[in-house]
Amino acid sequence: MSVVETKTAGKARSLPLLRAIFRRPSGALAASWLILVVLGAIFAPLLTPYAYDIQSLKEAFQPPSASHLLGTDEFGRDLLTRMLYGARTSLSVSSISILISVAAGLTLGAAAGYFGGLFDRAVTTVADLTWSFPEILIALILVAIIGPGIAGTMAAIAVAYLAQFARLARAQIMTLKGETFIEAARSLGAGHSHILFRHLIPNALAPVLVSAMLATGDAIILEATLGFFGLGAQPPTPSWGAMMSSGSALLFKAPWIIIFPGLAVAITVVAINLFGDALIAALDIRDRVRKDA
Amino acid sequence: MTALLTLDHVSVEIGRSQLLDDVSLSLDRGEILGLVGESGSGKSLTALTIAGLLPLIGGRISAGTLRFDGTDMASLGAEGMRKLRGGRIGFVMQNPMTALDPVQRIGEQIDVVSRLHLGLSAPAARARTLDLLRQLRIAEAEAVAEAYPHQLSGGMKQRIVIAMALAGEPDLIIADEPTTALDVTVQAQIIQILTGLVRERGLALLLITHDMGVVAQACDRVAVLYAGRMAEERPVGALFDAPSHPYTRALIGCIPREGMEPGGLKGIPGAVPSASNFPEACRFHPRCALAIEPCRTERPALAPLSGGGQVACHRAEGRPR
Amino acid sequence: MSDPLLTVKGLTKRFTTGGGWFAAPRSMTAVRSVDLTIERGEVVGVVGESGCGKSTLARLIMRLIEPTEGEVLLDGTELTKLDRKALRAMRRRMAMVFQDPYSSLDPRFTIAEAIGEPFRIQSRPVTAADVAAMLEAVSLPASMAERYPHQLSGGQRQRVGIARALALRPDFLVLDEPTASLDVSIQAQIVELLVSLRDRFGLTYLFISHDLGLVRYFCDRIVVMYLGAVVEVLPDARAKARHPYTQALMDSSFAPDPALRRAIAPLTGEIPSPFHLPSGCAFAARCSRAQETCRHDVPVLQEEGGHAVACFNPL
Repeated sequence: MSVVETKTAGKARSLPLLRAIFRRPSGALAASWLILVVLGAIFAPLLTPYAYDIQSLKEAFQPPSASHLLGTDEFGRDLLTRMLYGARTSLSVSSISILISVAAGLTLGAAAGYFGGLFDRAVTTVADLTWSFPEILIALILVAIIGPGIAGTMAAIAVAYLAQFARLARAQIMTLKGETFIEAARSLGAGHSHILFRHLIPNALAPVLVSAMLATGDAIILEATLGFFGLGAQPPTPSWGAMMSSGSALLFKAPWIIIFPGLAVAITVVAINLFGDALIAALDIRDRVRKDA
Repeated sequence: MTALLTLDHVSVEIGRSQLLDDVSLSLDRGEILGLVGESGSGKSLTALTIAGLLPLIGGRISAGTLRFDGTDMASLGAEGMRKLRGGRIGFVMQNPMTALDPVQRIGEQIDVVSRLHLGLSAPAARARTLDLLRQLRIAEAEAVAEAYPHQLSGGMKQRIVIAMALAGEPDLIIADEPTTALDVTVQAQIIQILTGLVRERGLALLLITHDMGVVAQACDRVAVLYAGRMAEERPVGALFDAPSHPYTRALIGCIPREGMEPGGLKGIPGAVPSASNFPEACRFHPRCALAIEPCRTERPALAPLSGGGQVACHRAEGRPR
Repeated sequence: MSDPLLTVKGLTKRFTTGGGWFAAPRSMTAVRSVDLTIERGEVVGVVGESGCGKSTLARLIMRLIEPTEGEVLLDGTELTKLDRKALRAMRRRMAMVFQDPYSSLDPRFTIAEAIGEPFRIQSRPVTAADVAAMLEAVSLPASMAERYPHQLSGGQRQRVGIARALALRPDFLVLDEPTASLDVSIQAQIVELLVSLRDRFGLTYLFISHDLGLVRYFCDRIVVMYLGAVVEVLPDARAKARHPYTQALMDSSFAPDPALRRAIAPLTGEIPSPFHLPSGCAFAARCSRAQETCRHDVPVLQEEGGHAVACFNPL
């Protein structure tokens, strides 16, 4: 087979994966949109002549035009500029909080699945309990405790999805634990950390990462929802949710203020889901290739 | 005289690969034909072909004819084949753990066969089921009929599977590795039951196995398959006394015999090729110690052997070592 | 004679299963007071049917599971009492080859990584030359090093499993049905490889198998187990069975020779559940030679000239 990979070629391993994702039209479209949004967020200062926070009331409520492509808001700020900066908030808050959530969930779930016993019971019980509440409720409670703002939002999102990753990681580890290669490693004298970090977690990682990808989409909605309630990023920091919130009062006067951030959220979430699907398919294809050979 | 089952130059394709190539077999009532070879040799595919189940795995017969009791099986159609399967042709599959429905009682699973294929009423079918269980020396047949599969041991389940195969009054039983999943003492029971059925009832039995010990113990004739082709087909005594094909000889040389010293096993170098890269000419030549130039360039034809049987090998017959 | 390499004394393992809010736990004895010695350079076979405890015995000896009672001494060192560090050091001297070559290798490890793993676990440097030497020892081409397990056949994978077990040059190998999931042609290759490796590296083997024919071919001494206990130890491959169960096993193994066909006299009855062992001899219910004593008293293993049997009425 052509997939004779070497240890040093770590980067080369991900290339066929990306190619497989782009081979699907939906995957290619989704990936392109996500790259566009990320680049837009990173290079926002270079892409727009306006500042996101300087008010100019005489330019308020301008509909989309050549000088303001997506119009202006109630304070006369350029909507496209605010959406580019808002992408920074939405994307970084959601991805960082999911990253925290995955790291913590993977650690807890892997430890619970591997060591079992009382610790496992404690983790599963707490996970089951949080599982039975809607994410938004958990997030609202946490923000109420920590206080509104970016830190509170990140903590809320991270905790809201923690149970999902802990359960998934635990199930993966429980299955893998019974494989003979784990017993073989033990027979060679391997300790817990070797078995966990060299065998179990690397083999459990792929499905957890795919589910993290999909959860990032949900996290963007959750972040926007918290922003909509005024519990997320505080003014003047733009976020898609907060922009929609201020636009909701002006729905009939200046509909573009709510429509464009809303579209951005919707398209980005759909793109993340499509990308996740393509990722699953790509990983499956790789698995199949491995088994055939 | 026509045999009960004949395969006449049968080839089978799945997709673009030809997985059975020119296989000819015949099997008569009261006879046990062993079908042996390593995994990947086409043994189980032969069973599926006879059962008419090739469409299930996307395969088709690309050449040759199968006859059962004088009838061309291709002329039967799907409905005719369905009647034959489980009726006049019974099947015993490898894994008794999965061959039974876990949520249905044993008795019901056997009853349904004779109701379907013999048109018996429910009470008559149950009476027949209990009778079959007793013939297979199952004590407390009534209790077993009321049990669920998980309550029975592996050997008991395989006897139930045999009872199901017998329920449709078959003339032919195809047993695909019927004892591979079982312990040796249970294997002995099952082989005894199967051979007894052939001797007492005049059934024909196609016994697919990789175990040369089982072949030596049970079969009358043996067909050796390699990479989808017939290597050799002989009466069992001749096959073990003077194997004609180097592959047969190698297979027998892989089994330890009484009094053999460590270091005496030969093994066969390499592994069975996959269908996508079958070698040219004789498919065994890359693993064969006796291969000569024609083996690499020319496909050996299946030729009759003196004393019965046939072999496909350039180095066969009258060439010792 | 020098001290034996391995000594097992009164080794017992009880498993307790179930036991929830409404169910009382049930316990079964998977291995019951097994005594065993293996001399240096010897190949000892353990044979028995599924559920006889042979695999549990292998794992107890490797201390992959903790015994309920008993001792395991490797070259005089008591393994069951060692702390983690000392046990890890002892694991350089003993290794195990597993039955299923498909799941015994981590799918994410290259062959070189799999063979190098024992070195890394023992914090020893591993070089490409070490890996190449092990591949050579098991007759695999050096080009296999960078392959992944899925690219190898079952026989090749089992060779990798053997190479990994031998990497740290142990004295003692536990072979747990290493050929049971392979074709006979590959089985013969692997068995012959094991024979030659024993001579080359001066190894001592404990060979677990359900195949009496194979055990009689490969092993110097044969231990027969039934329902967790040793019922007979045959001093050599040609020894006549004295325990009726061993005889039944021999009668059930068919020779690859139609001239040696025999009338089958299969065992009657089912193997008792290990959760409800009968009092007396565990084999009594299926034994044609059983007497009244057999149903009440448990026979103990009695040795005579190296041949031990646990039976009141031996053949």
